[in-house]
Amino acid sequence: MNKAITRMERLASFSRRSFVKTSGALVVSIGAPVTFEFARADDAATAAAMSVTVKPALTPDQLSSYIAVNADGTISAFFGKMDMGQGLFVAVGQIVAEELDVPFDRVNVFMGDTATSVNQGGASGSTGLQEGGKQMRVAAAEARRVLVAMAADKLGMPAEQLTVTDGVVHAASDAAKKVSYAELIGGRYFNIHLDWNGKYGNPLYAPGKAQPKDPKTHTIVGQPIKRQDIAPKVFAQQDFCTDIKVPGMVHGRMIRPAIAGAVPVKVDDSSIKDIPSAKAVWNQGFLGVVADSEWDAIKASQQLKVEWSDAKPPFPDRAALYDHIRKTASRRREVEGKQAGNVDDAFKTAARVIAAEYEWPFQSHASMGPACSLVDIKDGHVTCWSGSQKPHFVCAGLAAILQVPEDNVHVIWTPGPGSYGRNDADDAAMDAAVLAKAVGKPVRVQYMRNQGTGWDPKGPASVHQVRAALDASGNVIAYDFLSKAFSRVDVDTNGSKPYDTLAGQMLGANLKSGDGFGIPAESYEFANKRTAWEVIPALLDRASPLRTSHLRDPVGPQIHFASESFMDEVAAALNMDAIEFRLRYVRDPRDIAVIKAAAEKANWQSRPSPRKDQTGDKVSGRGIAYAQRNGTRVAMIAEVDIDRRSGKISVRKFTVAHDCGQIINPDGLRMTIEGNVVQGISRTLWEEVKFDNKNVTSVDWLSYPILDITETPEQIDVVLINHPEIVPSGAGEPSSRPVAAAIANAVFDATGVRIRRVPFAPDYVKAALS
Amino acid sequence: MTEKFSLNVNGETHSFEADPDMPLLYALRNDLGLNNPHFGCGLAQCGACTVQLDGQPTRSCITPVSAVGDGKITTLAGLGTPDKPHPLQTAYVEEQVPQCGYCINGWIMTAAAFLRDNKKPTDKQIKDALSGLKCRCGTHVAILRAVKRAAAMMG
Repeated sequence: MNKAITRMERLASFSRRSFVKTSGALVVSIGAPVTFEFARADDAATAAAMSVTVKPALTPDQLSSYIAVNADGTISAFFGKMDMGQGLFVAVGQIVAEELDVPFDRVNVFMGDTATSVNQGGASGSTGLQEGGKQMRVAAAEARRVLVAMAADKLGMPAEQLTVTDGVVHAASDAAKKVSYAELIGGRYFNIHLDWNGKYGNPLYAPGKAQPKDPKTHTIVGQPIKRQDIAPKVFAQQDFCTDIKVPGMVHGRMIRPAIAGAVPVKVDDSSIKDIPSAKAVWNQGFLGVVADSEWDAIKASQQLKVEWSDAKPPFPDRAALYDHIRKTASRRREVEGKQAGNVDDAFKTAARVIAAEYEWPFQSHASMGPACSLVDIKDGHVTCWSGSQKPHFVCAGLAAILQVPEDNVHVIWTPGPGSYGRNDADDAAMDAAVLAKAVGKPVRVQYMRNQGTGWDPKGPASVHQVRAALDASGNVIAYDFLSKAFSRVDVDTNGSKPYDTLAGQMLGANLKSGDGFGIPAESYEFANKRTAWEVIPALLDRASPLRTSHLRDPVGPQIHFASESFMDEVAAALNMDAIEFRLRYVRDPRDIAVIKAAAEKANWQSRPSPRKDQTGDKVSGRGIAYAQRNGTRVAMIAEVDIDRRSGKISVRKFTVAHDCGQIINPDGLRMTIEGNVVQGISRTLWEEVKFDNKNVTSVDWLSYPILDITETPEQIDVVLINHPEIVPSGAGEPSSRPVAAAIANAVFDATGVRIRRVPFAPDYVKAALS
Repeated sequence: MTEKFSLNVNGETHSFEADPDMPLLYALRNDLGLNNPHFGCGLAQCGACTVQLDGQPTRSCITPVSAVGDGKITTLAGLGTPDKPHPLQTAYVEEQVPQCGYCINGWIMTAAAFLRDNKKPTDKQIKDALSGLKCRCGTHVAILRAVKRAAAMMG
C-alpha cells in the first residue's frame, strides 16, 4: 500500500529552478543561492563529469530533467505528460525500467509538476506513449549508456564487456566484477546534454547517444503490470485536486450570467452582508465570491444581488442549429489529406450518385465533478494545484493573467474529477488566480454542477455532406467529403493565453478565435477523392457557454460517424456486405488486418444490410465501422437490439480490433479501449448540449444524460494486434471514433432505417422508425 | 446561525459547529477533514458523495447535517482498509476498475449495501441496484465484473 502511494506522490520539496546562461557556463540556482559552474559533458566526457551534486537546470536538453537515480537505487522518472486514468504512468514506468534494466517496481514516475518536469505537452492527443513514451525511452536508454560508461571507468573494463542486471553493472563474464547504479550516481544527478530538437509540448524530442533496445529483447515492456493507483482510490487515500487544502485558504465560487454575454452592471455587496466573511470580487465581466467556509461561499454566490447588462439573447433556436451551420458563411476552408483526381469532373460522368448529410450536436465534457483549482500567491510567487491536462500551459496562463514572470509560477498537477480534453479545469485555475490576487489569500474554487456542464468548452457541432459517384458497374469512381462546423479551437486546447479562458475573456482580453476541424482518417482508395472542412464563427464570441474546443478524440466521432455511416450507405445501395465493400477499397494492410480481425472475432456472416428476416417490434442488427488515428487502427462491430415501439436502442455487444503498434501493457490498453467504447456509446445514444436563445439549458445529469449501467453492453470483446517492431501510437482516443457509425450501421441492419443525427435518443429514433 | 453537531463517522465521534442546512458532504470534507466523499453534482444525481447512514446508501450532498442526528455514518474509508478490505475493495483492485476514480464512492457504497442484503444476485439485479449512478470514464463493464466478483466472495 505505502509503496503504491509513493509512486503517485509529488516531489513537493522541489522548488522551481531558474538559470541564466553566462559566458560559456550555466549558472544554476536552487532555492538558497547556491551557485557553481560546470562544463557541458557531451564531448569526450570523463566519467567524473557525467554526474553533479546539484541538479542541472530543468531544461529539455538535460538528461536529469527526465531520469534520476536515487541513493537507494530507485529511479525517478520525471514525466511532462500525465495520466487521465488509463494507467499511462505504468506504461511509462515499464519503458523506463526496460531501458535501464531495473525491476519495474524500482521506478517511480512523477507526472505533470512544472517544477520537476519539462513541458512535454501534457495529456494531449493520445500521445502519452507515442510522443511522451518515446522521449522517456531515449532518455532512459541514454541513462543506461552513461551508467555503463561510468562503471567501465570504475571497474577498469571496456564498456562493451559490461552488462546490467537489476540496476547492477557487471562484467558479462564475471558477475563479481560489479558496481550498482546507486553506487555510481545515487543521489547525484546526470550532467548529460541531450540532442533536443528545440521544441516544447508534444513534439519535444531529446535523444542521447544511446540506441534504445531492440523490442525483441523486451521483458518488462509488453507485460500486463497492474496499476498502483487503484488501491489508493479504492481505499479513499487518493487526493484529488479537489482535496488539496493550504493554511489560510478561503473558498471561491463563480457567478455566471443567465443570458450568455451579459455582464454585471451593479453588484449589491449588502445582499451578502449577513454571511460572515463573504465578499464579492467584481471586475468588468468577472464576478465571483469568496468566504472562509465552502458552504458560505456557495450561499453567497446564490444570494448575491446582481444587475446584469441588457444583453441580446445570442443563440438561434436549437431546432435551427444545423440550418444555421449550413447557411452561415465559412470563415475558413481547407482541403486536407490524400486527394486524388478531379472530383467535380468525375461526378459529371456518374451513372449514379449517392449523397447524405449527417449531423452532430455540441457535446459537453460533463466531467464527473466540476473543475476545481487552488491558487496561493505569496511574495510574487504563485502555486497552483490543478487537474488540467496541461499544467505547463496553465503556468504560462497564470503568469500572463497575474502579470508575474513564468518562472515565479509553479503548477502542481493533481488528478482532477475526470478529464477528456480541454474541459473546465483551465478556466478554474485562472478564476482561482484572479480571486486569490483580489483577496490576498489562497483561494480554492470549485464550480457548481450547472457551471461544469453548462459552461465548459464544448465539443463542436457539425454538419457533414458526403457523396459518392458510381459508374454503371457499381464501382465508386469519386468520393467527396465535407464537414461544416464550429471550430475545434474556438478557444485553444490549453489555458496558456488569457484570451482562451473565461477569466481572460471576461476581463476584456483581445479575442483570438482559432479555426480548425479535420477529415476522415482511413485508407479508402478512390480514383477521385476530396476531403475538406469548413468552419463558421462562434455563435457568441466572448465568454460563451457554447465556445468550442477539444473533447475526447476532437472531431473524430463526428467525422467518422459521417464517413463510416456513408460507406455503409454505399454498400447497402450496391446490395453488398459492408465488410466486403470496405475491403474492396481499403488499401492499408494494417487497416485490412483490423477489419478482418474484428469480423473474425465477431463471427461476421457476409450478407448485405438490412436484414430481411425479422418481424415484430424487437429487432436486432450488426454494424461495422473502422478508422485510423495518428498511426493507430481500430475496427469495431456493434450488435444492437431495438424496440421499434419505444425507439430504445440497446447496445448488446461490441467487438473491437485494435492495432497501435507495439503494446506496452495489454491490460491497460484493454481497459482504455473499454472506456472509450462505453463513453462513445454514451455520446452516441444520449449526449447533446441543449440551449435556448439565452443560454445552455443542459446543466446537470438529468438535462445532460449519459449512459446508465443498465444500458451498458453485456460484452466488449477486444482483439489486440501487437506489432513490437512498430513504435507505439496512441490508444487514449482512437477507439472513440468509430463507435457512433458502428451503432448507426447496426440500427440500419436491424430496421432498414438510417439514423443520420446524433444522439440516437429514443424519441428521435422512434420518430425515424415510424 | 450555526449550531453544535456531533457526528458518528466510521466509529468515531466528531463535534463541530455548522449551519443546520449545510449538507453533510461539507461537514465530512471540511469540518471533519475527510477528503472523501466527493462533490459531483450537489443534486443527488451522480453518487460521488455517497456514504452509508445506518447502513443505507445516502447522498451526503443533499442531506442536511441537521438530519443526521445520531445516525452512524460510514464512508468509503470506513468500509475497509488495505489490511481489512471489504470484498468490493478487493474486487475493485483485482479488476482494476477505476479510471479517474472520482465516482467511486457511489458505486462501492451502494453496491456494498446491496450485496449485504442480496446474496447471489443476478446480473440484472446488480444493474438495477446501481442504476442512476454515474461514471464518466465509462468503466461500467469493469464495475460489473468487480461487483460480480465481490458477490461471489460474499457467497
